[in-house]
Amino acid sequence: TVHTSLDVVDEKISAMGKALVDQRELYLGLLYPTEDYKVYGYVTNSKVKFVMVVDSSNTALRDNEIRSMFRKLHNSYTDIMCNPFYNPGDRIHSRAFDNMVNSMMMQVC
Amino acid sequence: MTPTQWDFPVELCCRPMAFVTLTGLDVVYNAVHRAVWDAFCANRRADRVPISFKVLPGDHEYPKCRTKRTSYEWYIPKGILKTGWMNKHLNLVPALVVVFYELDWDEPQWKEKQSECATRVEIVRQSLQGRNTKVAVVLIQKKTPLPPGEDVIASERASALCNACDLSGKSLFVLPHTDHLVGYIIRLENAFYEHAQTYYYTEIRRVKTHKEFLNKTTHQLLFVRHQFKIAFFSELKQDTQNALKNYRTAYNLVHELRAHETNMLEIKTMAGFINYKICRLCFQHNTPLDAIAQFRKHIDLCKKKIGSAELAFEHAAWMSKQFQAFGDLFDEAIKLGLTAIQTQNPGFYYQQAAYYAQERKQLASMLCNHDSSVIYPNPDPLETQTGVLDFYGQRPWRQGILSFDLSDPEKEKMGILSLQLKEKNVLHSELIITLLSNAVAQFKKYKCPRMKSHLMVQMGEEYYYAKDYAKALKLLDYVMCEYRSEGWWTLLTSILTTALKCSYLMAQLKDYITYSLELLGRASTLKEDQKSRIEKNLIKVLMNESPDPEPDCDAAAVKASQKLWADRVSLAGSNVFTIEVQDFIPFVQCKAKFLAPSFHVDVPVQFDVYLRADCPHPIRFSKLCISFNNQDYNQYCVVEEAYQKSDILEQSSQGTMCLVPGKTRKFTFKFVAKTEDVGKKIEITSVDLILGSESGRCVILNWRGGGGDAASSQEALQAARSFRRRPKLPDNEVHWDSLTVQASTMIISRVPNISVQLRHEPPALTNEMYCLIVTVQSHEETVAKDVKLTAGLKPGQDANLTQKTQVTLRGTDTCDDSFPALLPDIPVGDLQPGQKLEKPIYIRCGTVGARMFLVYVSYLINTVVEGKEILCKCHRDETVTIETVFPFDVAVKFVSTKLEHLDRVFADIPFLLMTDILSASPWPLTIVTSQLQLSASMTPVDQLESYVENVVLQTGESASECFCLRCPPVTNASGVATGCYIISWKRSSPVESVPVVNTVITLPHVIVESIPLHVNADLPSFGRVRESLPVRYHLQNKTNLVQDVEVSVEPSDAFMFSGLKQIRLRILPGTQQEMLYNFYPLMAGYQQLPSLHVNLLRFPNFTNQLLRRFIPTHIFVKVRLWEVPCV
Repeated sequence: TVHTSLDVVDEKISAMGKALVDQRELYLGLLYPTEDYKVYGYVTNSKVKFVMVVDSSNTALRDNEIRSMFRKLHNSYTDIMCNPFYNPGDRIHSRAFDNMVNSMMMQVC
Repeated sequence: MTPTQWDFPVELCCRPMAFVTLTGLDVVYNAVHRAVWDAFCANRRADRVPISFKVLPGDHEYPKCRTKRTSYEWYIPKGILKTGWMNKHLNLVPALVVVFYELDWDEPQWKEKQSECATRVEIVRQSLQGRNTKVAVVLIQKKTPLPPGEDVIASERASALCNACDLSGKSLFVLPHTDHLVGYIIRLENAFYEHAQTYYYTEIRRVKTHKEFLNKTTHQLLFVRHQFKIAFFSELKQDTQNALKNYRTAYNLVHELRAHETNMLEIKTMAGFINYKICRLCFQHNTPLDAIAQFRKHIDLCKKKIGSAELAFEHAAWMSKQFQAFGDLFDEAIKLGLTAIQTQNPGFYYQQAAYYAQERKQLASMLCNHDSSVIYPNPDPLETQTGVLDFYGQRPWRQGILSFDLSDPEKEKMGILSLQLKEKNVLHSELIITLLSNAVAQFKKYKCPRMKSHLMVQMGEEYYYAKDYAKALKLLDYVMCEYRSEGWWTLLTSILTTALKCSYLMAQLKDYITYSLELLGRASTLKEDQKSRIEKNLIKVLMNESPDPEPDCDAAAVKASQKLWADRVSLAGSNVFTIEVQDFIPFVQCKAKFLAPSFHVDVPVQFDVYLRADCPHPIRFSKLCISFNNQDYNQYCVVEEAYQKSDILEQSSQGTMCLVPGKTRKFTFKFVAKTEDVGKKIEITSVDLILGSESGRCVILNWRGGGGDAASSQEALQAARSFRRRPKLPDNEVHWDSLTVQASTMIISRVPNISVQLRHEPPALTNEMYCLIVTVQSHEETVAKDVKLTAGLKPGQDANLTQKTQVTLRGTDTCDDSFPALLPDIPVGDLQPGQKLEKPIYIRCGTVGARMFLVYVSYLINTVVEGKEILCKCHRDETVTIETVFPFDVAVKFVSTKLEHLDRVFADIPFLLMTDILSASPWPLTIVTSQLQLSASMTPVDQLESYVENVVLQTGESASECFCLRCPPVTNASGVATGCYIISWKRSSPVESVPVVNTVITLPHVIVESIPLHVNADLPSFGRVRESLPVRYHLQNKTNLVQDVEVSVEPSDAFMFSGLKQIRLRILPGTQQEMLYNFYPLMAGYQQLPSLHVNLLRFPNFTNQLLRRFIPTHIFVKVRLWEVPCV
């Protein structure tokens, strides 16, 4: 599932990249629905990709909520990147980040 | 049951077409009939009506129609749909039977023929008893029919025939066997089609009437059956919209059925059929979204309907089939012009199908793991009397039994067992691989490379399970590259593990080694103990032993492979493997680095090779060698250690040839570059690290260039970006990440140890032999041999400069244009240490402007580098820019003898030529001499000798000369060449040998005019007050005519005079007249003379103005001698 969604993200970025690089909307929206899941994508300006897989039976999540979740995720990701002790490319070991993700999960489920 | 029990029946998948049978055609023996038949079945393109034809004999027995039930009250259906039903209506029960009969209207034996035809129709009717099938008669006639209404006999006989056969007029056709057969056939077809549609319409009506008798409790199955039948008939009628509607109703009805374990399969089978039909029609109507929605709904509804737990694999198989069928439909629709997108293409359905196929395999392996002692039940519960099932989706051992409780549990158990045993024989892997490869093809088409790789991994694994290791390796290899380049290390590791197993089981040495190397490398995420195991195996392989089997391998396969390995061990030769490293990530990293980007040729070239191992145990290698683009250096850069075979297990980390995990080892190499390579690049083309020995197995790791593998460039980038503090390391160690590869270096020539100085006095003067003194001094310690000097204009400047610049070594004589602008390689000889050498170079610059001059000194010298004597070529160059200026400016003017400026001269009358030489040189100039070279038309009046001989001119000083010349009369009015003026000069420098430069100045042309009368006065240079002053005027006739001249003298206040005051006289050609006057000055000073006026009668434009040029107008009058003391 994630495999395809990355393909879709690639396509979307390359399609958009030419037109509007600056005013690009980071949130890519629903990438594609499968039988069981919905996949949402989000790409930062530095081409870091976030992918969220949601159970398709979960109808409580609207587009707007997903978007705000991505915002939150992006913010805390930025915080990690700002950490001088973090080495880009390493695995993320951050309690703050984990807590944030966990709380997001709790909220949804 | 066949292995394809999950496949949809053919009659479901085809496009239903109206079924029409043709009787009375003898296609074998009768050519006419044959032609008619061919016209029916040949070229059935889309524009022809959809009918399937069949030729049958006239007395063919059609399926019997069961007696119609009048009441369904006591009827309990045994199943949903009979297996034979669709086929029956597609291929057995016709909508229309056509009776062909050869009969012309003017047949003589009409009566007999008519009754024979009627009999035939009757026979057909008999065999169709009870069915609503239409009957039609086609008369094959030899003659072209007349237009309707004209042939009275025809219409009479036609109605008679209709009566006899009990046919309506609409069912009687005439087929004239003429040229336009196909046209007639098409018309016939259309008529048949109408009949068929009517038939199917009545069939639909008939089925609908049954509905009224049904009740919900007992006849649920019949609801579905009837609905399906209506839909199917609609399809036969080509009424796809209604068909779709009815199928949808049928689909809903199927799910309303009471489902139980016993009839689950039947319900699912029917639901699958109907769903297939719906999706198919949706695609046909070009509403793919409807199709997808329907399919989703279908899957959602059926996903949970697993049925019997012991036969759960059946459900998976069924699911897989659903997806596959939908994928096929989708794909077919795409072929017909539908466009799919990245997120919605058949690939997903194939993938899902493969997923369910995998699940089926898993379930099967779980549920069907019977002992081999379990034998297949006898009698086979799957056998039925007829060999086929009566109803779709029922169990063969309890067909038509509707009750939900099992009447015969023993039989049920046997049935299940036999199904399970059957399932065991199914080749699941094959099914999965087919589905996966379908999906891969689709994803490739819709640009989903990652999905593709993901599926390819699954395919590879499936091949591995299917024991087709070669194919598995091929697929995995392909995918590995992609994951490696994207850096999915975890995925890569798991793929590698599978690949390693494959290569182990096939005893593929090279692959085995390669995968081991990579699994030991830093990209692998295996645990230490795993790595340690693999490394031990690798060492074993290197020592030509069999490795331990990989874990989780099939025991039988391991046995087989162990034998293969044993064979490999005994097999001698081909034990050297070269592995190109840049495509993967081995456990040894290598970085080669030249110590400098360039080396002088007299300095040894040095470089370091850093090696680092990531494996858990130290590893020894036997040889490290480096190859260069110039292979002569290869021999200098080899590290080798012959070690005994037993050493390899002694894991001593002391040896130089041992790589300790995590430690960077450095090897420094040094060699002397060849002198031929000066100016060239030396490049490391490859680094070879040899593991193992020739006696065992030998693996050559080959790094192209200066090391680095598939991941290192990315790592370098990351290392550069990261802010991580490097941990402190002991002095002799270096941090691996901080090392950069430097795979090439330049060899440059030795630094010259001589000095080159230039002495000269700028600027250069035009055409001068400009002297440039080159001083070369050697500071070398040995003799500089073969010193050569190249001097001259620096190449690459304006091409005109090259022509206007000459360089010579001999300064004593002036060079001409044939001399070159650059003197290359002037041999100078050898230079002893400390010796100084001077060489003057003379440059002649023909034009002004700046020039760049190059002085280049090259020499050979012997030096000793690292105990090796080499002959180095050194050179040093100097450039200098020299400005060239004019040495002087020369001004020339013509003046009259009275020093008045002349813009033209008069023939035969003397005039003066004045030259002015103004020095512009910053250095003093010596004018050696000057010379006037007159042209033929000019004659000198007196001796032409130079007045400026040996004059020295400082800057800004000028020297003038003046020559008296005369020009004989010429006819040419435009001007007369005067000649040229040659100045011979040189720099007033102490050097005596400087040659004299001759500068030639071309004198301007002068306009010569002839005058009719020349007057010149002969008078003393001064007069005295009150002393007689005799003046003689000569009037000279320059023409060929006798001239009348009026001469008058006007008195002046300062003079008294005697002589002719006014006279008129004649002068003969060529002669002159003398006029004598005595002037008596009255006042002292510069006084105006009495002016002479001459008037020529023949030449009125001869004016006094002109006359003034020749004769003086004033004279200086001195005071009387005795008056002087008084002043």
